[in-house]
Amino acid sequence: MAKARKPRLAVWKFASCDGCQLSLLDCEDELLAVAGAVEIAYFPEASRAMAKGPYDLSLVEGSITTHHDAERIQEVRRTSKHLVTIGACATAGGIQALRNFKDVKEFISIVYANPAYIDTLSTSTPIADHVKVDFELRGCPINKLQLVEVLSAFLAGRKPVTPAHSVCIECKLKGNVCVMVARGTGCIGPVTHAGCGALCPSYHRGCYGCFGPMETPNARALGERLRALGMPPDDIQRVFRNFNAQAGAFREESERHGG
Amino acid sequence: MAVKKIKVDYLARVEGEGALHVTLKDGAVRDVELRIFEPPRFFEAFLRGRAFGEAPDITARICGICPVAYQMSAVHAMEDAFGVVVDAPLRALRRLLYCGEWIESHVLHITMLHAPDFLGYESAIAMAREHQAEVERGLQLKKVGNEIVQLVGGREIHPINVRVGGFYRTPTRRELAPLAERLKWARDAAIETVRWVAGFEFPDCERDYEFVALRHAGEYPFNEGRLVSNKGLDIGARDYEAHFEERHVAYSTALQSVIRGRGAYLVGPLARYSLNFDRLSPLAQEAAREAGLGPVCANPYRSIVVRAVETLYACDEALRLIEGYQEPARPAVPVEPRAGSGYACTEAPRGLLYHRYALDAQGTITDARIVPPTSQNQTSIEDDLRAFLPDWLGLDDEALRWRCEQTIRNYDPCISCSCHFLRLELERG
Repeated sequence: MAKARKPRLAVWKFASCDGCQLSLLDCEDELLAVAGAVEIAYFPEASRAMAKGPYDLSLVEGSITTHHDAERIQEVRRTSKHLVTIGACATAGGIQALRNFKDVKEFISIVYANPAYIDTLSTSTPIADHVKVDFELRGCPINKLQLVEVLSAFLAGRKPVTPAHSVCIECKLKGNVCVMVARGTGCIGPVTHAGCGALCPSYHRGCYGCFGPMETPNARALGERLRALGMPPDDIQRVFRNFNAQAGAFREESERHGG
Repeated sequence: MAVKKIKVDYLARVEGEGALHVTLKDGAVRDVELRIFEPPRFFEAFLRGRAFGEAPDITARICGICPVAYQMSAVHAMEDAFGVVVDAPLRALRRLLYCGEWIESHVLHITMLHAPDFLGYESAIAMAREHQAEVERGLQLKKVGNEIVQLVGGREIHPINVRVGGFYRTPTRRELAPLAERLKWARDAAIETVRWVAGFEFPDCERDYEFVALRHAGEYPFNEGRLVSNKGLDIGARDYEAHFEERHVAYSTALQSVIRGRGAYLVGPLARYSLNFDRLSPLAQEAAREAGLGPVCANPYRSIVVRAVETLYACDEALRLIEGYQEPARPAVPVEPRAGSGYACTEAPRGLLYHRYALDAQGTITDARIVPPTSQNQTSIEDDLRAFLPDWLGLDDEALRWRCEQTIRNYDPCISCSCHFLRLELERG
């Protein structure tokens, strides 16, 4: 009997830090099993063998910041049956989307001596602004266990289970004392998408929103609460304007505060 | 007149996006260009206007492979600006965290990215079919490094527990105890790894590098020390920019660092090792000798052995730190911002990482400068290719291309540390 063809996996990088695709190599206990279940057809960070498409599943890391990448993502979409974005850069534009609030020409001149050599777009945008995305996995970085869940779900032909509730629920499940209620520490966990396991509150720190907005967040009410706690408006603006600055609810709330 | 081009359009098994173009003319090397087409992300620009306390979280995002290095250089630079000195147990914890990153990053490179070159495989996954025990040992060793970063830092990639002045929460002795057991296994696994990679075949290639690394009075360097070289450099981090310059030249794809008045230099494992062999633990020194290394190593292909020796050292040092760990009286020392500038160099797995910040009286960043190790090594990478290529011209195209790639991978280049790299359109031919 002929063996069933293994699904072909591709991993793509756009503007990013490589951390989310590294999460796959950080699955020390699962990596060889994953490699046994799929054909890793294109994953330049791990292999110099680069097989041509089509691919059954493409994992896309990074945001679109150049003309060349805006074209390249179209090609990735064309050659991919399923396309899953991984991480805050791919799902929300990443930290580099801070340029969207400023003049990118000024940014270029701050970093580079000869601005004429630089070809860059004035914005950093998520993949879904450019092509159809089948599933978005949040986080800066993603949670590697959620990545394994996405791959398992894909292999089983089901929808991945990645709760869309807030970090608050994760704190309650862990039995954390609320850092905002008990210590008056500013925390945007109430409007942030779950997935990290409420890491920062577990380390006595307020959540700073790595996983971006949860479903139907009430960021405005939280912004008011942070003001009432005495958090300076500039700080409120900054905490909403970091790794998911371009994500709708965070962007809008950041615009209501600070200079 | 025969002109031949060797092109690697997308370098594999490196972190980030790069390419190599080599032009040969009449059997001689005419041009070598390591081209980086990683899109710039402008970290130094958007750091302006951010609060000093955000620098460790934001700069971590420059690199998913060595975020701890960015966090360490950032906190030390801020503490330098504000005149803050952390308590001894907090200093020890930072060192432990850095050990974790070295183990994780070095073993990733040794096992997953570099060993396949020596054994002739496209990837570690392909290599695992015939070398499963070594790959699994590597993965488990890497995992121990990640476990340290996870416990002390909160998570492996972009840790959340590092702050200017110390940490948000410090672990108890009881929490660290299981790590010690894991590290005893890891230390043995690291010794086996040194022996494994020492058995690879190495081309006989040495160059007269200027090695640059930190040197500390009593320790193998992570967070502190003077910046020294084997050619007479001996400065503090504050003087970095007086001695090093970054060039933004037309033919190149990236800012390239040189020592003023001298030119190319080398940072990373070879430099650290060759300048600090006497600071390694006795166990690491013994393993190095057994692996055939002298106290100086100037063969970049043997960097894989040096990385394995440093991995062993990091395991040994992490064990020492855990055994001597005193729970800190407070998770962080108080930090009062003041106007001024702060400077720091720390030893990222790939080499020296320089940060400088200018701050106003409220601690808002007004200017930032970051020089990652890979931009410092770029010129040396190109010089290696220029020096070694003439001996390989008898190889067929594919073997020659692979050898060029391996030569670049000797440096474990981290192209994602892209704040300083330029985009370049690929010349496809």
